[in-house]
Amino acid sequence: MSVPALEVDGLRVEFGRLPTAVQAVQRVTFSVATGETVAIVGESGSGKSVTGLAVMGLVDPPGRITEGDVRLAGKVLTGSTESEYRRVRGKDLAMVFQDPLSSLNPVRRVGDQIAEAARVHGASRASARARAIEMLERVGVVPAARRARAYPHELSGGMRQRVMLAMALVNRPQVLIADEPTTALDVTTQSQILELLGELQREMGLALVLVSHDLGVVAGIADRVLVMYAGRIVEEGPAAEVFAAAGHPYTRGLLASVPRVDDARPVLAAIPGSPPDPTALPSGCPFHTRCVLAEEQCGERRPPLHLLTGGHRAACLFADEVSIGARSL
Amino acid sequence: MSMRIGDEAGRARAEAIDPTLLVADPLRTPQDGSEWRASWHRFRHHLLAMVGLGFLVFMFLACFVGVHFAPDPFELNLLEPPSGPSGAHWFGTDVLSRDSLSRVLHGGQISLKVALGVAILSTVIGVVIGAFAGFYRGWLDALLMRFTDLWIALPALPFLAVAVSIGTVDLGPLGSLDLGGPLGITLLLSCLLWGSIARVVRGSTLALREREFVDAARAIGASNTRIITRHVIPNCMGPIIVNATLVVAEAILVESTLSFLGFGIQPPTPSWGNLLSDSIGNLEDQWWLTVFPGLAIFLTVLAVNFVGDGLRDAYDPRRRIRA
Repeated sequence: MSVPALEVDGLRVEFGRLPTAVQAVQRVTFSVATGETVAIVGESGSGKSVTGLAVMGLVDPPGRITEGDVRLAGKVLTGSTESEYRRVRGKDLAMVFQDPLSSLNPVRRVGDQIAEAARVHGASRASARARAIEMLERVGVVPAARRARAYPHELSGGMRQRVMLAMALVNRPQVLIADEPTTALDVTTQSQILELLGELQREMGLALVLVSHDLGVVAGIADRVLVMYAGRIVEEGPAAEVFAAAGHPYTRGLLASVPRVDDARPVLAAIPGSPPDPTALPSGCPFHTRCVLAEEQCGERRPPLHLLTGGHRAACLFADEVSIGARSL
Repeated sequence: MSMRIGDEAGRARAEAIDPTLLVADPLRTPQDGSEWRASWHRFRHHLLAMVGLGFLVFMFLACFVGVHFAPDPFELNLLEPPSGPSGAHWFGTDVLSRDSLSRVLHGGQISLKVALGVAILSTVIGVVIGAFAGFYRGWLDALLMRFTDLWIALPALPFLAVAVSIGTVDLGPLGSLDLGGPLGITLLLSCLLWGSIARVVRGSTLALREREFVDAARAIGASNTRIITRHVIPNCMGPIIVNATLVVAEAILVESTLSFLGFGIQPPTPSWGNLLSDSIGNLEDQWWLTVFPGLAIFLTVLAVNFVGDGLRDAYDPRRRIRA
């Protein structure tokens, strides 16, 4: 088996100094193969975005990676100097952010901003321009030569996100991290962007990491799903299995809280309470204070990831029972 | 605007055909043509700025071209008494019977050169120091800003008076520099006036560095220097331009003040400041000797401020022109 495009191994990200340091990400391990889509889902503050930034080497002080490795095609990135990391960023490892308007420089033409990504990695001025226009064409911002001269505020939200995609992909990276790429868009635009993302992925053989809180988005395109809670992975597995037979009550809660068109429920099911304060995580399972299935032992020891079926794991003491529906919410 | 109604109808039609035109309005923000043309397009619609620009162009032409057609500013005739404005001497003559218009124009050469030089030099120093301090924060910020405070806190006139009285300094292989001459005054004023720009740019940079497009730039692998020069500074252009024009105005005023007090450009070389100081004692008898240089200072400073206003608007691509 070939080396996965991206491997994250035992990643830990802390903010601040001990003893009051906040652990935003703890022991997160996953890998993404070429052409594969892995979705990281969770609530705000679950550590999913920080994981994405940590892979890019963009965690700002006082945050820092204290443990673990990030490997790109087998090459360890963590611990490399800023200038070494810079050569990888935007070239082999690209990222798309949530809000395309604020992610684009308001006073520069979009074509120049896409070309800059190529320029940074050594393209000549002329070839950078040509590639920028070619990329704009590819992501469906047409007429590309004319739109390249537009400023961000002159484009619609969907077009801006297409521009961001062009900027991220102009150097043909191996790995793309998309942090909530459709959250700032309306529903119809969302589906267009997701479709485009899927096309580009197949075309370029991208390893795609999709960070999202929206399970509807994830269900459509993810091959595998990681569910994060309080900085930890609480469930992982092939998307179909996680959706059909979730082994963690938190995942069940998330799935139950998604509104559906054919929904007969008068009120959406919500997970009670709110995510725990990361400076004072509950003992044992971090979710037990909000879990309707929790028993006494849940507060005593932290459940490890428990293997359910091939590749499907959940960090719950009752994962087997939850998964087959013997214990339900 | 009489075209307004047809204009709106045309847009409505265009929108019905091409939904992308809903956001991009090609009629108001030309997407074809150069960056400068788009900015010029916006600038042209700023009435006061155009008036100010017109006046400055006129002033420059008068001082640097028109002056060759005026009488010799150093030619004196001690027997003639000073005379008021007349056909032969538009701005009158001074106590030495020298042509006052000619002296104002010659003075303008010095004052305008000094002002422009100070604006460019102090802006460059201020932008670099401010952007680096704001972007890197921490100890570099503290160091650079305390250094800036030092220069801001320096009392301008005593500092200049002392520096100018040092006179000519030997710079070794670079030759010598007369601190009281136009170049010396330019350097000294630049030292005094970069502080406010540095502070303004630092403030903007502190806010800009937290913006998402800076993260996006880092995500494409841009270096800090590139982020500062391509992303942070272009976004501060508004305040930078306004400040630069304020500095032009301030440089003219400080140079005038300095010359007025006798520390600046030394007679017989005229500058707007020393023309004022020479004549202020005779304001009642020979009003024209004070009023014309005074007006030159006042109108130039005003025009520069108007132009700055227009430039700020023109540089911002988000700002639509006012019909």
